[in-house]
Amino acid sequence: MREKLLYGLALAGGLLLVRNLYVILLGFENEASQGAIYRIIFFHVPCWFICFSAYALAGGSSILYLWKRKTIFDDLAVSAVEVGVVFTAIGLLTGSIWGRIIWGIWWTWGPRLTWAFICLLIYLGYLMLRRAIEDPTERAKNSAVLCIFAFTSVVITYKAIDWWRTQHPGAVLSFRTGGGNIEPAWEYMLLFNFLALALLSAPIVMIRMRQEKTQREIDGLRRRTHEL
Amino acid sequence: MLFMRQTLTIAGKDLRSELRGKEAINASVSFALVILLLFSFAFDPASDLTLEISGGLLWLVFAFAGALILNRSFSREQANDCLDMLVASPVSGAALFLGKVIANAILLTIVELICLPVFGVFYNVNWTRQLGGLFLVLVLTTWGLTVIGTMFSALTVNLRLRELMLPVLVYPMMIPGLMAAMQLTTVLIAGEPIAGDNMVWLRLLIGFDIIFTSLAVALVETVLVS
Repeated sequence: MREKLLYGLALAGGLLLVRNLYVILLGFENEASQGAIYRIIFFHVPCWFICFSAYALAGGSSILYLWKRKTIFDDLAVSAVEVGVVFTAIGLLTGSIWGRIIWGIWWTWGPRLTWAFICLLIYLGYLMLRRAIEDPTERAKNSAVLCIFAFTSVVITYKAIDWWRTQHPGAVLSFRTGGGNIEPAWEYMLLFNFLALALLSAPIVMIRMRQEKTQREIDGLRRRTHEL
Repeated sequence: MLFMRQTLTIAGKDLRSELRGKEAINASVSFALVILLLFSFAFDPASDLTLEISGGLLWLVFAFAGALILNRSFSREQANDCLDMLVASPVSGAALFLGKVIANAILLTIVELICLPVFGVFYNVNWTRQLGGLFLVLVLTTWGLTVIGTMFSALTVNLRLRELMLPVLVYPMMIPGLMAAMQLTTVLIAGEPIAGDNMVWLRLLIGFDIIFTSLAVALVETVLVS
């Protein structure tokens, strides 16, 4: 059943992504001022949505871990952070490519970009901390605490375009601007691509959680062998 | 009342043991002076640029030198299983943590107060024009940095790679506070008061202190009890 769900989600995500790509590349006209490159926004924005959602999920499951002390929440937290880190990197990369063509530079130290980078560093630190602790209970507990601290950087990154004047373009989606900043067809496409990437990310998180569980079992067996 | 007494007892204990050995504070002050010296090679110390980047320079010095104090905060308790005894004692985790934060904040403030005049002399900067504002920023930022540093010191105390992990984790988390402090210190050293656009930075700094202090006090018990 679980296998079928995994494959089903991944297949649905893959098909939706292909359909979205077709519409983005062949259905949409070039934008008047930016030309063809504006299409990168259909990946850039959804990537950040995935990354914010993954970090929120990790933060939530870390709180649940500290409350309930069930290892499944720790597995979920680390899996979500790993997916989040990959999407943060993709988000930074797509933004950088767009910046190179529109601004003429790969990087600028504006608040949004700087905070996104800090976010990446903090969550990489989280993954490093996990590797540095051998005892599974200690690891789960300490990394859950760090994950809760780390989430503050996600909130600042998300709100950076509202709090500071920045070179990064402002919010585009209607739920933040009240509408009118983006063509409805493009907004739908952003949401559809978010859905496609979410459908693809969910099986990755699930597979990664299973790996964590198996790893814990192997470590447990290894410890028992040593005791014998 | 009991909580306050316990907090102050821990702070007093930490301060006494540090001031007897002076291990961390000596290392921290010497390291701060070395960084101040190194900065003089990175740019022309006589130029006007110094004034513009003074806040950034000072807080980099304080943050790097502070890490030496913070690193020692919990690892000092490892000898003779002192940390286990402290955790087992009837002192709550929050009181133990806040006591250590107070002691570390006082030590870091001492380092800062030694470095400020040295910085003024070396780089020919008159930093005393907005003394009240500067001390406010100093106190608020030192508190915030110490809270994060002490919390992460507790988080990494049992790690084999403690000295490596602490800076990797601590500096990115300190950025909101450091960023605000750098902006405000530059403005204050230039002789301008905190007003207008700069109030945002002061609010950020106060928010940073409140959020991280509450988070740390709420979570420290979990970290300490294994």
